[in-house]
Amino acid sequence: MKKPDVLTGEYFVQGNFALAEGAIAAGCRFYSAYPITPASSIAERMALRMPQVGGIFIQLEDEISSLMSVIGASWAGVKAMTATSGPGLSLMVESIGLAIMTETPCVIADMMRGGPSTGQPTKPSQQDVLQVRWAAHGDYEIITLAPYSVQEMFDLTIKAFNLAEKFRVPCFILADEIIAHTREKLVIPEPEKIKTVDRKKPKVPPEEYLPFKPDEDLVPPMSCFGEGYRFYATGLTHDESGHPDMSAKTQRELTSRLCEKIRKNKKEIITVEKYFLDDAETVIIAFGTPARAAKETVKIGREKGLKVGLLRLITVWPFPEEEVAKIVSEAKLIIVPEMNQGQIIREVKAASSTAPIISFPKVGEEPPTPNEILKIIEKNTS
Amino acid sequence: MKESIKHLTNHERKHPLDSYLRKGMIPHIWCPGCGNGVILNCFLQALKELHFNLDNLVVVSGIGCMGRISGYINADAFHTTHGRAIPFALGVKLAKPELKVVVFGGDGDLLAIGANHLIQAARRNIELTVILSNNFNYGMTGGQCGPTTPLNAVTTTSPYGNVEHPFNAVYLAAGSGATYVARWTAYHVRNLVDSIKKALLKKGFSFIEVISPCPEIYGRHTKHMNAVEMMKWLKQASIIQNKIDPIKAEITQNIIVVGEFVDKEKPEYTDLIWGKIGKVERTYHKE
Repeated sequence: MKKPDVLTGEYFVQGNFALAEGAIAAGCRFYSAYPITPASSIAERMALRMPQVGGIFIQLEDEISSLMSVIGASWAGVKAMTATSGPGLSLMVESIGLAIMTETPCVIADMMRGGPSTGQPTKPSQQDVLQVRWAAHGDYEIITLAPYSVQEMFDLTIKAFNLAEKFRVPCFILADEIIAHTREKLVIPEPEKIKTVDRKKPKVPPEEYLPFKPDEDLVPPMSCFGEGYRFYATGLTHDESGHPDMSAKTQRELTSRLCEKIRKNKKEIITVEKYFLDDAETVIIAFGTPARAAKETVKIGREKGLKVGLLRLITVWPFPEEEVAKIVSEAKLIIVPEMNQGQIIREVKAASSTAPIISFPKVGEEPPTPNEILKIIEKNTS
Repeated sequence: MKESIKHLTNHERKHPLDSYLRKGMIPHIWCPGCGNGVILNCFLQALKELHFNLDNLVVVSGIGCMGRISGYINADAFHTTHGRAIPFALGVKLAKPELKVVVFGGDGDLLAIGANHLIQAARRNIELTVILSNNFNYGMTGGQCGPTTPLNAVTTTSPYGNVEHPFNAVYLAAGSGATYVARWTAYHVRNLVDSIKKALLKKGFSFIEVISPCPEIYGRHTKHMNAVEMMKWLKQASIIQNKIDPIKAEITQNIIVVGEFVDKEKPEYTDLIWGKIGKVERTYHKE
């Protein structure tokens, strides 16, 4: 009897294990990567699991070829992903641009470590949060989800595939060494309870098909290799037929659509967690590992009588501007703990205008602790 | 009654290979006298002679003059980034092994920025056909020297003479593990069509180098030859030496060794991977 692809049950496992199983549950059947800490255990899990579910695992010569093969596999009609860390992400940058320009559904997981350069391979950081947003040259919008637990590594990987397929865009899973290697409870649901999304296929015959003509949601239906549509796709600026067109009008229309297909669908893409925000005068805005500390800070702070709450960004890109702006306008103090010299705070500042915003940069191997964040609150509210 | 002769405009004239060309993409961007058109013509001729089903073909290219070729062919086609056509093609081939995947590139694309992918794909012996158009310089960007530019050649970025030794592309491909390797010039159209047909049928990594005249750029800046003179040079310098060890397949000012150098059998990568998957699936689901 055939064993199920989805390993329904309860586990005590690492984040990277959960991410790999989430990808399989989402329908990923092509994984290509180059070994790099702290993403290697995703590759090791995939090397074991992919053949069991009839999928491809390959290890290629570098991260450039890894992402390029993922893009090729996606155009061959297979859900595909890669995973890496900072140095590998830097190598992938040009290919990310190609995936954006050719509207290729794919998933890229970045397990952040300290940088720049080789940095701290075995230590966590959140130093790539702006890189995933702005890596490639040119104008575009991107989707990035930031899990903060082993369970979310599973859940958000499925969501990443669904968003990538629906909007035909590379979707990032942005976590760090702590989430990648932490062991905690994972519940894998029954397969029928897992919602998966597949890319739209063309409804017209090949002679009428324009591969980059969008529907009303600004996303074009996607034909794949070997389906008889004989399409042409290029990284050059192209018109709806896919043919290169260097005119200002086409460049304007294409880049507008690449941005607008994400911006206009923000409601569907963006999720945040609001924790004790109703009466909060002090709000912590955080994503990923620091949000774990921040949640504890809120609990301790509330016991002490402090009106503190947490806005956790589950979607980091597109940035939840409206959600942040609303909270900032009602708060007296905003704290932004993040494991870098202050990156996402720029977005918080850009989205807000009233409350004082205090950066809490924490760099190196240690994530921020609940008490450290609490001290900043007490210092600034007393 | 006298039959009137109908004069056709260029637009109305049909080429025997028209159905193999993508509508709306012709005229191509290549300069008069460029060898890339010859390569395209030979490729389409090979498809025609093989009665190849274009729905089963994927053509992939990188950047540069040769990068544009994928857009001219009436099959599924993808124009990737500089040097990255091979890993893209690898992803396609693994995901859908039933498709025939062909990569086109120039010497800058396949032997400079993308050289690592070329040797790694040859090492794996994945069933891809890679066709290299070698014109000894970067044509599209204005005649800079590259990995096949001869020593001492004057180009726009080697105004005092090139100080680098060129790659021997067929030796590189053969040494890396390619199971079919040939070199022809744009003069050798019949040999090239035959080689492309063999490459398309090869169960393994096939590599064909085509020495391609670039009169507008390389001819102007370096070789001081026009289109006709360059084609005559290719004809006169070429020596056919089939089955010769690729290390001896030299290219000098006066000699271009051409021929079919490698045609051997070795387990193929896609087969090995899918064979492994089948085996794992069978034992995993039995446990």
